[in-house]
Amino acid sequence: MTAADVVAELDDLAVHFPTRAGVVRAVDGVTLAVRRGETLGLVGESGSGKSTAGLALLRLVDPTSGRVRVAGADVTRWSRRRLRGMRRHVAMVFQDPQASLDPRRTVGDSIAEPLTVHRLAASAAARRARVAELLDLVGLRAETADRHPHELSGGQRQRVGVARALAGEPDLIVLDEPIASLDLSVQAQIMNLLRHLQRDLGLTYLFIAHDLAAVEHMSDRIAVMYLGRIVETGPPERIYRQPAHPYTAALLSAVPVADPRVERERRRIVLTGDIPSPVDPPGGCRFRTRCPRARDECARTDPALAEVGPDHRAACLFPLDGEPDRDGGPAREDVPAA
Amino acid sequence: MSATTERTARRVLDALRRDPLAVGGTVVLVLLVVVGVAGPWLAPAGVNDVDVDQMLRPPSGAHPFGTDELGRDVLSRVLVAARVSLQVGAVSVGIALVAGVTLGLLAGYYRGWLDSVLMRAMDVLFAFPVLLLAVAIVAVLGPGLLTAMVAIGVVYTPIFARITRAGVLSVREQVFVRAAVSIGASDLRIMRRHVLPNIAAPLIVQTSLSLAFAILSEAALSFLGLGIQPPAPAWGRMLFDGRGFVTDAWWLGVFPGAAIFLTVLAFNLVGDALRDVLDPRQLTLAEARRSTP
Repeated sequence: MTAADVVAELDDLAVHFPTRAGVVRAVDGVTLAVRRGETLGLVGESGSGKSTAGLALLRLVDPTSGRVRVAGADVTRWSRRRLRGMRRHVAMVFQDPQASLDPRRTVGDSIAEPLTVHRLAASAAARRARVAELLDLVGLRAETADRHPHELSGGQRQRVGVARALAGEPDLIVLDEPIASLDLSVQAQIMNLLRHLQRDLGLTYLFIAHDLAAVEHMSDRIAVMYLGRIVETGPPERIYRQPAHPYTAALLSAVPVADPRVERERRRIVLTGDIPSPVDPPGGCRFRTRCPRARDECARTDPALAEVGPDHRAACLFPLDGEPDRDGGPAREDVPAA
Repeated sequence: MSATTERTARRVLDALRRDPLAVGGTVVLVLLVVVGVAGPWLAPAGVNDVDVDQMLRPPSGAHPFGTDELGRDVLSRVLVAARVSLQVGAVSVGIALVAGVTLGLLAGYYRGWLDSVLMRAMDVLFAFPVLLLAVAIVAVLGPGLLTAMVAIGVVYTPIFARITRAGVLSVREQVFVRAAVSIGASDLRIMRRHVLPNIAAPLIVQTSLSLAFAILSEAALSFLGLGIQPPAPAWGRMLFDGRGFVTDAWWLGVFPGAAIFLTVLAFNLVGDALRDVLDPRQLTLAEARRSTP
């Protein structure tokens, strides 16, 4: 893997927000590289910092420390003005397509905005033609350009969001829970659309999701976040079959299994309590307060990401090494079954 | 403009048609504009045609609104003065709108120290009684029509700045603004294309209401002798000149006063109706009564 293959990366990035309650450590030392042509699934509960990490890749939030590199350039300290040129290279699809489209502008206006801003169309006619082409790419008719967002269904709106993201031919598209606010029946359609577009156009995705099920069939690599840190990263076949971090195992056991017999029999790891406050994360391992396997050492040592298999790393002092056991999660005696 | 704008316009017109007060207000405003444009031609006599034989005559066939202390035809002066009132209203509210919206956009969009400085300055302006501030500005710049318009414009700038800032603060947190930033749109583009169109409704309402108050302020300034200078006719100035004859010649005060009253009332009725349609969060009195058990 050479540097040229990395389209965007975060290097030991921290994003802290000062609030009245104290400093929120939304992202606290995340290193992440997205490679050309892949889908990197970034998974975590709400409050894990996954969305903030995604926004940091577009420099939509200001890093507290660490580096952000896009297309080989260190953009960490770039001014707002200078960043505008960079923004063509990284596009974003937002969770709520209704909120992310200006209600007063037509679909065509919204899709054409990157073309206008970056002067990618020679004329108004060329812009219209490109908008029609983009609409076709996402499976919408050219006439949709004259509609307003409120005249479209949720799925159609998200297609518009995708078309807008494609307009500048970006190197990377950050998908921030792109299907989470859609009806179940529409979710599959949008997933298929994203998959086909990636295959046909050679796109690179950072796919942010709050559960592992959403990214399973899509990702080439998975990174799991917890309280502002990446706790495990690896290829999906390792993450799903042999998770090394107890948190990943817990997330996996929350994914329902379609077979009712298996579903009844399998053991589920139920995490107790809420995710701790990112204002005051626990010392040592951040997961220890909810970890069924926590020991005294976990309070003393903050584990770094360490190799547990090929291209597979986990930040745990006592990583799981159980048999592949997708249905029940790693079966261990010290994991309480619900 | 876009289909949304057209649809909004149609919705507004439909709603206004159903509101008899708004229809009345609109009719008065239309008449007022006609008079404002055609006043000098509609007037039966010249505004400064002095006729010492006809001083202080009550309303009659020849002079429907009577004559003043110089024998000038009051009807003609009231009609011609409409133009000045509308002009002052339009120009001063125009100044307030442009200045207030610009300052409010900058304050709300950039926040930080710029916001603090701009809005504290607006607070200072806002804290002065309207007329006192206008008088102070006129005192510095010297009396006259232009000064009066600038003074009134400055006085009404803070209200537009505040309304704009409040709107910007809520719109700029919307995801579509973040989406525009993520695309690489410039701040100016985001303010013009995304923020402003989404806060237009309260600004339109405030504009129509401010027009009424601006005309009232001009009348007050002219009454104090700080606005339009004689012999040019202005409603406020006519009230001032007629104050010495209140007991003998009621028509000198009643007709210009009625003109001010009707104009302000019409702008207010239309403004209130617009608010009901465009800014539905603000309950009308009738709706508020209905919603309370």
